[in-house]
Amino acid sequence: MTYLTLEERPLPIGSIGTRSSGWWAMLFVIITEGAIFVFLQFSYYYIALQQPPAAAWPPSGPPAMDLSLPSTLILLASSATFWWGEHSIKCGSRLWLTLGLLASLVLGAVFVAIQGLEWSHQHFNYATHIYGSLYFTLTGFHIAHVVVGLVIIAALLAWSLLGYFNGARYAAVSTGGLYWHFVDAVWLTLFFTFYIMPRLR
Amino acid sequence: MVTVADYSRVPEVTPADYGSPLAERLETLWETKPGLIGWFGTVDHKEIGLRYLVTSFAFLILGGIEAAVMRLQLSWHDQTVLTPTQYNELFSMHGVTMIFLYAMPVLSGFSNYLWPLILGSRDMALPRLNAFSYWLYLFSGLFLYAGFIIGAGPNDGWFNYVPYASKPYNPGLNQDFYALGFILFGLSQTVGGINFMVTALRTRAPGMSINRFPMMIWGTLTASAGNLLAIPSVSLAFFMLWTDRQLGTHFYNAPEGGQPLLWQHLFWMFGHPWVYAIVLPAMSMVSDALPVFCRRPLVAQTAVALATVVTMIIGFGVWVHHMFATGLPNLSMSFFNAASLIIVVPSAISVFAWIATIRTGRFVLCTASLFFASFIFLFVIGGVSGFLTAAIPVDWQVTDTYFVVGHIHYVLIGINLFAVMGGIYFWFPKMTGHMLNERLGRWNFWLMFAGFNLGFFPMHIAGLLGMPRRIYTFPDGVGWNIVNLITTLGAYLFAIGFVVLLANVLLSRKHGAVAGPNPWDAAGLEWSVPSPPPPYNFVVIPTVSSRHPLWEDRLRETEGHSSIHEGAVLDADKETLGVSTMDAIPDVILKMPHDSVMPFVLALCITGVFVGLLLLSLVAIGTSLVLGLVAALVWLWPRAELGQRTEAVP
Repeated sequence: MTYLTLEERPLPIGSIGTRSSGWWAMLFVIITEGAIFVFLQFSYYYIALQQPPAAAWPPSGPPAMDLSLPSTLILLASSATFWWGEHSIKCGSRLWLTLGLLASLVLGAVFVAIQGLEWSHQHFNYATHIYGSLYFTLTGFHIAHVVVGLVIIAALLAWSLLGYFNGARYAAVSTGGLYWHFVDAVWLTLFFTFYIMPRLR
Repeated sequence: MVTVADYSRVPEVTPADYGSPLAERLETLWETKPGLIGWFGTVDHKEIGLRYLVTSFAFLILGGIEAAVMRLQLSWHDQTVLTPTQYNELFSMHGVTMIFLYAMPVLSGFSNYLWPLILGSRDMALPRLNAFSYWLYLFSGLFLYAGFIIGAGPNDGWFNYVPYASKPYNPGLNQDFYALGFILFGLSQTVGGINFMVTALRTRAPGMSINRFPMMIWGTLTASAGNLLAIPSVSLAFFMLWTDRQLGTHFYNAPEGGQPLLWQHLFWMFGHPWVYAIVLPAMSMVSDALPVFCRRPLVAQTAVALATVVTMIIGFGVWVHHMFATGLPNLSMSFFNAASLIIVVPSAISVFAWIATIRTGRFVLCTASLFFASFIFLFVIGGVSGFLTAAIPVDWQVTDTYFVVGHIHYVLIGINLFAVMGGIYFWFPKMTGHMLNERLGRWNFWLMFAGFNLGFFPMHIAGLLGMPRRIYTFPDGVGWNIVNLITTLGAYLFAIGFVVLLANVLLSRKHGAVAGPNPWDAAGLEWSVPSPPPPYNFVVIPTVSSRHPLWEDRLRETEGHSSIHEGAVLDADKETLGVSTMDAIPDVILKMPHDSVMPFVLALCITGVFVGLLLLSLVAIGTSLVLGLVAALVWLWPRAELGQRTEAVP
């Protein structure tokens, strides 16, 4: 086949789902953001492995899971509600999109609140010891990402209420969703590093 | 009621005519509006590309002046031009300027200007992001130089090892300017890289499938991918350095369980891919331009393209060769020794391909081709000295001596600056419509080539004579006088050659011979449009059926024929085609944004956040964040004319 002439077929116009440049840009944002978390984790394990064998790691023992386990499930649920909202607008339901986004916003905010509670319960801060520096920096980077994600969801919610989206035009929702699912997936890696890994030793 | 048909259209196909009413209509749609709003709000990739080029050359001149002062200090023993403190800041700022503020942005400038023209598109995929990237770059440069001017510039070399960069040993604001300024700079290169990725994958001429990419696409695409994965490493390292200094964390603080070597790992995990990122686009510029002066296509283009990608991949696995002297385990050093030797193979593939292109073609001697040919020569010298230091015993002998300084200058000036010089002589006619003066060009080339080799080759000898790098002076009687004097003389000769370029540019910009669309009889799509190109680039979107669209009649290597003179019109507002990633089959008509000052405003707000961090001012940080959020919302607010809302667009 040659590409000499354009085929005589209609092409969609404007911002259409995964054909929009914004969606592709978000894909690469995620790749570079993912690299940040890879290097954060590298720093954590590099330093953890260089501690003297006699020293306890983490210094105050494995952190409790009574807050973090529920909050993890809540964050995962927020991904599911987002997915449901995006799925609904593809089928043309603006109502379910709005409800899905609202649910994700609330669940995400609850996650941030629980994380804040967990932070305030720690008996150390970022300057107490190297574990404190790592713990607050890694979880802090993640919370910052969640907050950005919540701002994005709030904007999408407002735009949805303004009637900007329908079954053909929802590229902004897909783009925001990509980011939100990424932020949730990254949390699982941090959860593993901070809460599971010390228990495996 | 909106029907689905309103969301789509069959593109109209007409002949291309740059004097037609259609061209006038496109001109009105695409031109940047005059006045301040237009100046701050332009999203034209050609304007942004030129700004990148001019700004990076301004930094190149600053870095050159810094070098000139240092060479005076080092021209003979016991000179007193500079105090040790001044020298520390000068050599650090020289490195930061050349490696960060010049070497990558100058290539971004070429790519920004040329990519849409090479790809057969009307702009980069994300024009506002493009402007955003430039403003962030400019502000990061100003941020770093603000520190330098008030005497608080970086003072620990461009790779900035802890603990000397830590607060107890470096209490001033110097390191805070560097740490925060670099993160800002990294942000600009990251958003620029994202734009290159999306542009290469999505906005090309129909038919420009992945096997038909011009080499310049491969080079910058590879470098951008590398940057997206590497920059986070050093941005994080600088962030942790800043929190260590200002908030009391312990990442690099050994007594509290931190690790000074963590800095070196994070820095070089970025640093080594980065040195490939600042040479691969330059190499690919030569791969595209050198064959034009050999009157034949590049030899083994596929192999060279693959070599480009492979170099970057292996480039992520060689960082420890910068750390051979830090006492790492032998096993890991052996691995990195081997990887550093292997990376020579893809580089050699490119070198042999260029040599074969010259050997089997008809070489046309002119300033541009002289720069490209000498680039190969300098690349081989820089490559061989790199190959030598990849071996651990040699590295132990010459590490932290002037041998390494000689190596880095052969690599960065040889592979980056000489390619850029050739690129200027080659693409200047496209950018301005005028040829650069050839007689001045020959003076320019021979002065720079002679000055460079005279100045920088002796650095290898100084290194073998045991002269350490980063010393502000040296005593008499150690045998370093003559070699340093020669280096200083060569460096000044080199600088004079560079001044000839500036004179040539100023002279030829208006008064040079008129170029016409294709003065070199080259093969790329950028030579099919007028010089300088109109704001909309292509009056109709071309269709491509080979790697050398303008040489098809002569090469006869494909059955089909590219369609330059007929193509899709796309004149309902600013539009261009989006295509499938691999095969470049059109799949969407993209609506392109008009000028917007929001990228400028957002870049200003983000800079405000960094100024707030520098001054530890929560008010400045908070205000900048809120204003930035507003700017981002205005920028990203869904618009009907961009086809982002339910309303149908024409």
